[in-house]
Amino acid sequence: MPGSEKAECRPEMVQAYADGQLGVAETLELEHHLKTCANCAAAYRNHRALSAALADPALYYKAPPALRDRLGAALTSRGARTEVAPPPPPAPRRLLWRSLALAALAAFVVIMTATLSIRLGRTAPSELLVRDVVQSHVRSLLLNHLTDVPSSDQHTVKPWFNGKLDFSPPVKDLAADGFVLVGGRIDVIEDRPVAALIYRRRAHYINLFVWPSADQPGALIVTARRGFNVIHWNEMGMACWAVSDLNRAELQQFADLLRTAS
Amino acid sequence: MGPTSPDTARRFSQVVLPHLDAAYNYARWLTRNDQDAQDVAHEAMLRALQFFDSFNREQVRPWLLAIVRNTFYTWLKKNRPLELAEPLGEDSPAPSGVNPDPSEIAIRNADRRILAQALERLPHGYREPLILREFEGLSYQEIAGILEVPIGTVMSRLARARKRLAQVVTGGQRKDAWQRKG
Repeated sequence: MPGSEKAECRPEMVQAYADGQLGVAETLELEHHLKTCANCAAAYRNHRALSAALADPALYYKAPPALRDRLGAALTSRGARTEVAPPPPPAPRRLLWRSLALAALAAFVVIMTATLSIRLGRTAPSELLVRDVVQSHVRSLLLNHLTDVPSSDQHTVKPWFNGKLDFSPPVKDLAADGFVLVGGRIDVIEDRPVAALIYRRRAHYINLFVWPSADQPGALIVTARRGFNVIHWNEMGMACWAVSDLNRAELQQFADLLRTAS
Repeated sequence: MGPTSPDTARRFSQVVLPHLDAAYNYARWLTRNDQDAQDVAHEAMLRALQFFDSFNREQVRPWLLAIVRNTFYTWLKKNRPLELAEPLGEDSPAPSGVNPDPSEIAIRNADRRILAQALERLPHGYREPLILREFEGLSYQEIAGILEVPIGTVMSRLARARKRLAQVVTGGQRKDAWQRKG
């Protein structure tokens, strides 16, 4: 039997750590233990591997159209004058926007490359900023402090920021597209307080950081750090950063939805 | 069921309907087939509408999933009563963790069909916390609330469910793949 169980090994804590269910003190304690215990470190990696395998979108069954139709009919017959939220249509408009965004991104990359020497420092977000954004994302998950205001209701989350920030972040409901609003939080990035909006896609959390910016609206900037995908754009006087362990295509879909939902 | 006020219906469609996928997915993994899952999810949504006025808005999904679960067990009693008596085998000691066997890659690259099949074959008591945790990202506390068991039970059932899945996807060659003391 390779390795041996140490007295301080607590497998249930390794699982809770992999599930993001530990508080600050326990997290620090366990991270220290993982550095010194190969057994528990391997256990932790196996937990993460299983979660990754189960995150396969094909294992998540979405409500079929027949169920939506039947529910709509039943609700109407019970006096509910309402429409069942339709499944997100495979809208040509969205595809168009996406291809436009991709084209714009391609054009942007060309321009960036051509003028790299003079524009790099000004146009590209600084490496430090990207690192800061990713760190805030990791910290929010690690410390189990995703939200200060847990709510899936945009009309609860948006007013919560009043009086806490000197700007009002746009809060959009994308639940119909499979990105569920989890809540909001105040975070600090580059020494300034920013709004963090948390969305969930299956078991993946997305931190959307928003703060006022004078930068011109432009195409999406897509990058990755430490295994997290990062997308940045400017719109309506706000700098927006989306960070997640979600795959790049779906995170980009998230960004596109936010930009077109305005 | 009485008529629903237009205001209730409007709020219901804004607050609860966005979680229809979660309701269906949970029902689908509980019943393990599409038609029964549609029936259970449909019935659960109507129940949710009925109870909607007495619901506090903060925790929609756990609230809805608890209704799905209750609806499912009512349905199960009527349609598959034998499954209710499924033993969990919780008398044996909980798996204590994993050895440093390099099974990580095998797990990560697990064949989707084998994984789905292994999930379907888990007893309800193990499958439920795993679905709620892995697919819905619910906290231990929320899962404990839905399953009406202590958090410690949620943790031990999760550990057992994961151990079984890992055994299956690593080919079951190492019975102790997720258990240090084999």
